[in-house]
Amino acid sequence: MSETTLPSPAAAAAPPITGASILLDTVTKRYPGQGKPAVNGLTLEIPAGKIVMFVGPSGCGKTTTLKMINRLIEPTEGRIVLDGDDVTRIDGDALRRRIGYVIQAGGLFPHMSVAANIAIVPKMLGWSKERIAARVDELLELVSLDPDRYRDRFPRELSGGQQQRVGVARALAADPPVLLMDEPFGAVDPITRQRLQDELLNIQSELQKTIVCVTHDFDEAVKLGDWIAIFNEGAQLVQYDTPERILAEPANEFVENFIGSGAGLKQLTLTRVDEVEVADAVVARPGDLATDVLSRMDAVGHNHSVIVDARNRPLQWLSRRQLGRLERVGAARDPRLPVVGNRATLNDALDTMLVSSVGAALVTGPRDTFRGVIDVDTVMDAIGRAHRHARTAHAQGRPVGVNTGTLEAVQASGAPGVPAAGLAGPERTGE
Amino acid sequence: MTDFLVDRIDSILFSSWQHFSLVVQCLLLAAVAAVVLATLVYRSPTLSALVNGISAIGLTIPAFALIGLLIAPLGFGVGPAVIVVAFFAALPILRNAVVGLTGIDQSLVEAARGIGMGRVRTLVRIELPLAWPVILTGIRVSAQMVMGIAAITAYALGPGLGGLIFSGLSRLGGANSFESVATGVVCVILLALVLDLLLVGLGRLTTPRGIRV
Repeated sequence: MSETTLPSPAAAAAPPITGASILLDTVTKRYPGQGKPAVNGLTLEIPAGKIVMFVGPSGCGKTTTLKMINRLIEPTEGRIVLDGDDVTRIDGDALRRRIGYVIQAGGLFPHMSVAANIAIVPKMLGWSKERIAARVDELLELVSLDPDRYRDRFPRELSGGQQQRVGVARALAADPPVLLMDEPFGAVDPITRQRLQDELLNIQSELQKTIVCVTHDFDEAVKLGDWIAIFNEGAQLVQYDTPERILAEPANEFVENFIGSGAGLKQLTLTRVDEVEVADAVVARPGDLATDVLSRMDAVGHNHSVIVDARNRPLQWLSRRQLGRLERVGAARDPRLPVVGNRATLNDALDTMLVSSVGAALVTGPRDTFRGVIDVDTVMDAIGRAHRHARTAHAQGRPVGVNTGTLEAVQASGAPGVPAAGLAGPERTGE
Repeated sequence: MTDFLVDRIDSILFSSWQHFSLVVQCLLLAAVAAVVLATLVYRSPTLSALVNGISAIGLTIPAFALIGLLIAPLGFGVGPAVIVVAFFAALPILRNAVVGLTGIDQSLVEAARGIGMGRVRTLVRIELPLAWPVILTGIRVSAQMVMGIAAITAYALGPGLGGLIFSGLSRLGGANSFESVATGVVCVILLALVLDLLLVGLGRLTTPRGIRV
């Protein structure tokens, strides 16, 4: 846990990690009457404040593994260590109140209002009425639902996406350090899913919880995960690494098949526009003389000029030929302007470029102000760099993940082998 | 007919009240017993099937035979009446309670457990409220059914409107015999309607808005 002493600008930029580390220590789950264990001697370290995605084919034991973390499923053997405490033997209900839990479609109780659903855990923990009411409103704001409008509604009066948001709010109600999510966005339409994913990332950047999320959608894992654990039958951990490295260096054919086609394109979703350098542009304002603008373009050798309004928001993107036909720059706003936000992924940026006629896009920052131009070359550079970086990067702070007796299957090439001994020591709590 | 009613209005009202009271109290007893039994068995498919079977068979037992059999050990009066009425009342409620509890979306139960609600709390706060509309339907079915059965308990000299019916039937053709039977039957029907209305009202009041259809 980071120790913030005084609130400083730096601390505000990077909020303290409120999550707790989790360690599954040689955990096995056997069901009576079944020969093969559902989970076999799995040791998995989940660093504090990170999002770890469990992916794998259905029935591979990823959900079983998840449910053993909060002991909804009791492990047959092994230990579960939460923030350094062995929680394998403590009261399961008390443990689960300290761990947020989100299921598909939110799992809201239909007979309780939104507020009552969110208030369940705080109530069980004996919070005062005022504190609970304030917390409910705070959480609804956090998940972008207006408290006055939604507090007293019932789940069936909400859309699927809204139900899922309330589900997340309920899981966060008592401010648990750990959030477990079981295919949380499986039941909503693709557009809503994307929005919910973005929101989860926003919430996470604010709260820095430890989030463990099961999904069967590899793209979702790449988008959300700091770390991805890929499982095969019997919760055999095939690869446990960053999305970048899994995409660049799949451990074996199983992982390759699981990633599916277009690993290169998926790389693009890992980098955001504000992480790459954008090019300058010749900026002009409505009313400027076209000849002035053209001469400025000549001076820097650009073929296009960006027209921005008084608040620096892009209006038009004019070529030499278009400018040559004008006397003065107009103030009209081109509705088909290829614009991408700062936080958009390179994938989105590339998409915008491809549909625009210029093979480039305008980048806007906060409040839609113009920041620069991104073009296909920039994207290609970024891909190349990410690829080289992923190949050569030292797996620093890489959490442990092994099954007993299957060490060789987990170690991706180039990564230093982590000895299975020494696991019982204090866990890393972040990077 | 009018004379019959006017002469005996007090005793008719008293019998009606007793009849109603017997049914309501037995219904309460039956509902509590049935729900408790249902919560004990609903997690096991075998036990649930067994209970449903017993409830189905139980309903085929002739009420008249059962009350006759109970007179020997329990004697005449209120005792056998209460047992018979409560027994028959419990059967539909039991069946509906088991169906209601097993019909709950298991993901909700898992969600409840997942956020740290214990077994008992999950049952009381989540499962029973969600099953309540189904249980209440069972109670309404029971109420209609045992209104008639309560009349039969007059055979064991139990309280209620059965007395009017039995005494009228036993001297059919005699003075006021038809009036007596008709009064008893009509009063039973009226009471059944009143009770059903009350139960509908209870349903309105006790069903959470979120699951009202």
